Amino acid sequence: MIQPVILWTDALVFLLVAVVLLFLLFALYARNKEHLRAPWRQVVRSRMAVASLVVLSAYTVTGLLDSIHFRAALPETAGQREIQYSGEVLSVLDTLLGPVRTQVEKSYSAPFATHLYTRESVTTAEGEVVRIFPRLQFGGAHLADPAHKGADIAARSAVAAAQAVAATAALYLLAGVLLARRRRRPLIAILGQLARGGTDIPWRTALFAVLLIALVVTLLANLSAAYHVLGTDKVGQDVLYQSIKSIRTGLVIGTLTTLVMLPFAVFLGMLAGYFRGWVDDVIQYLYTTLNSIPGVLLIAAAVLMMQVYMANHPELFETMAERADMRLLFLCLILGVTSWTGLCRLLRGETLKLRELDYVQAATAFGVSRATILVRHLLPNLLHLVLIAVVIDFSGLVLAEAVLSYVGVGVDPTTLSWGNMINGARLEMAREPMVWWSLLAAFSFMFTLVLAANLFSDAVRDAFDPRLRR
Amino acid sequence: MFAYVLRRALYAIPILVGVNLITFFLFFVVNTPDDMARMHLGMKRVTPDAIEKWKAERGYDRPLLYNAQADGSDRLTATIFFDKSVRLFGFDFGSSDAGRNIGADIKQRMWPSLAIAVPQFLVGLLVYVSFAMLLAFFRGSYLDISGVVLCVVLMSISGLFYIIAGQYVFSKLLHLFPVSGYEPGWLAWRFVLLPVVIGVIAGLGSSGRVYRTFFLEEIGKDYVRTARAKGVPETRLLFRHVLKNAMVPILTGVVVVIPTLFMGSLIMESFFGIPGLGSYTIEAIQNQDFAIVRAMVFLGSALYILGLLLTDISYTLVDPRIRLS
Repeated sequence: MIQPVILWTDALVFLLVAVVLLFLLFALYARNKEHLRAPWRQVVRSRMAVASLVVLSAYTVTGLLDSIHFRAALPETAGQREIQYSGEVLSVLDTLLGPVRTQVEKSYSAPFATHLYTRESVTTAEGEVVRIFPRLQFGGAHLADPAHKGADIAARSAVAAAQAVAATAALYLLAGVLLARRRRRPLIAILGQLARGGTDIPWRTALFAVLLIALVVTLLANLSAAYHVLGTDKVGQDVLYQSIKSIRTGLVIGTLTTLVMLPFAVFLGMLAGYFRGWVDDVIQYLYTTLNSIPGVLLIAAAVLMMQVYMANHPELFETMAERADMRLLFLCLILGVTSWTGLCRLLRGETLKLRELDYVQAATAFGVSRATILVRHLLPNLLHLVLIAVVIDFSGLVLAEAVLSYVGVGVDPTTLSWGNMINGARLEMAREPMVWWSLLAAFSFMFTLVLAANLFSDAVRDAFDPRLRR
Repeated sequence: MFAYVLRRALYAIPILVGVNLITFFLFFVVNTPDDMARMHLGMKRVTPDAIEKWKAERGYDRPLLYNAQADGSDRLTATIFFDKSVRLFGFDFGSSDAGRNIGADIKQRMWPSLAIAVPQFLVGLLVYVSFAMLLAFFRGSYLDISGVVLCVVLMSISGLFYIIAGQYVFSKLLHLFPVSGYEPGWLAWRFVLLPVVIGVIAGLGSSGRVYRTFFLEEIGKDYVRTARAKGVPETRLLFRHVLKNAMVPILTGVVVVIPTLFMGSLIMESFFGIPGLGSYTIEAIQNQDFAIVRAMVFLGSALYILGLLLTDISYTLVDPRIRLS
């Protein structure tokens, strides 16, 4: 028995998914409108954009799986009336990761290690106390002789590669069948065209990206069952597990922040630009004031205050997860407050320009109400700016999380995030030999996400920014 | 022009008032001084006496806005708002929650911050402009494309990575620099060099790319084509004509950060153990010393507003249309 738990950020993530779905529905309706289609067509025809989109969707799926939370029931005891639920909030991803989550070692161990990273005093059968590197409890525990590790890893990798290739091949065939049916051409011809990369939408690039991701996933799945692929941290938790769990935190901060700030930025920016006069003055004053407080300091001040509030009101939170989640949400809110000003200024400027154009003047002359002009005539012409701002902000926010967590005003210390991983590993930098795997894991996961987001945002900007359109 | 600058300067006052009100609200209204005292003293076994004592030692025992028990003007001045917030306008920061004089601390810790931030700013500007110009000169070539790719890759790497990797490679493996620390005087260069280099590299991605587009925009303009048609060599064109005009958006863009150089860099200073204002702020955040954080918020905002003012002035210097209107 399980009890579903909907955390605040979960609810907002689902809201975001609903918004995206609505958007896609709208796209279905607007598919015959050439002026709306053209920029998107340019995006999906860019090989860079398609490849990064595949990477981004892999991250998104992981994040979504990690957003479905529940509490498992505790084993029933005699004479119990109600089912008691565990205080630990798990996600679907946790169940999928299974052993990676639960196989906890004693302390540090290097990637693929079979022995602990530190010496321990062990009493031998003869009663002697010796300092040795003990075998790990789980990592490579199935090997009778740790020397055979290489062969075992190679064998598992070969299986993984075969699985990845098979999965991609299946996808290739599926894409071929679908395309062949739609274009009413023989399957062989379409498959050949796909393999040559001769399609408008770069399916070949997409398939390569899928192959790469499938390879990573199958490798990790096969190897992490028997080893700690990325090592373990101080308390013996698998670093791979931490890195994967951090994906949700990064995505939540990158997307929910924008979701929170967008209404303010769009509403105020348009009001300021359209009504000018005192409305403009007030709104400009508002954003200049907020903007003039150094971002990190405002966030620090707000987070410190929230910490005090939470410390004084512990009764508000039923579980640790809820508390950590509230803090994450609050961080998104405060990041939103500090980051809406740029977009607002941009929208104000654009609205100022648009309101002087003939079509708006004509609408005014026809007696169209102000609200209608704002919503029907100005808003659609501002959306490309909003879209560009959203995709550009995303990568900056993901990077900001790491810095803020380092400063100590980021996510809750119990929330798994790349920033917290880096922060924890930093303290071990002075260790000889150095514990490097946590750092490397966090940085690589973050780098992949941010690079994909940056490349995608470039493609979106190229397609939507009229100044760049040729 | 004077009238314009004066108007911009006067506009700064309501903004500072706004900043002050926001910080006051954040620090004293969201949580009462009682909450802060409890936080500092630990949650358990806090007697009301201890809280009162903590507040009295730091001057938090007065009413927030209006002191009904005092006489005359003291009714307004003997309050937390006047004591902690209004005094900031005279740059009188008072003392920290740990009892140190914040103003004196700032004066002392400003210099190490500047020793890092100023060279980083100047070297960075030089490197980014040269890099962008190089890419613009070879626009469309493989050099340009790989340069842009490099920029995107550099942009995607977390700033923390540059610091950690730089520290590891240069200090731990090669032993070229001390890992962290600081020494006043000329000997400081040993401690300053690595942070400056790392800071410059960390900013190369975003700045290099933006500056490149500035150069390309300028190269696409009519006067450049005219000059080229008249036979001006490409290098001379770039250095004499394009550089001068592309520097306008670049310089007016960076003017705003010049005053905030005083604040130092939070992350850099704390990693390298440099006793500047950045690490001062971080320590305050980690020790939950609200008085220091409050002072730094105000100082940072004041410097930023000064930067905005300088930007306005630099625009009037560069663009006569603003000066004359």
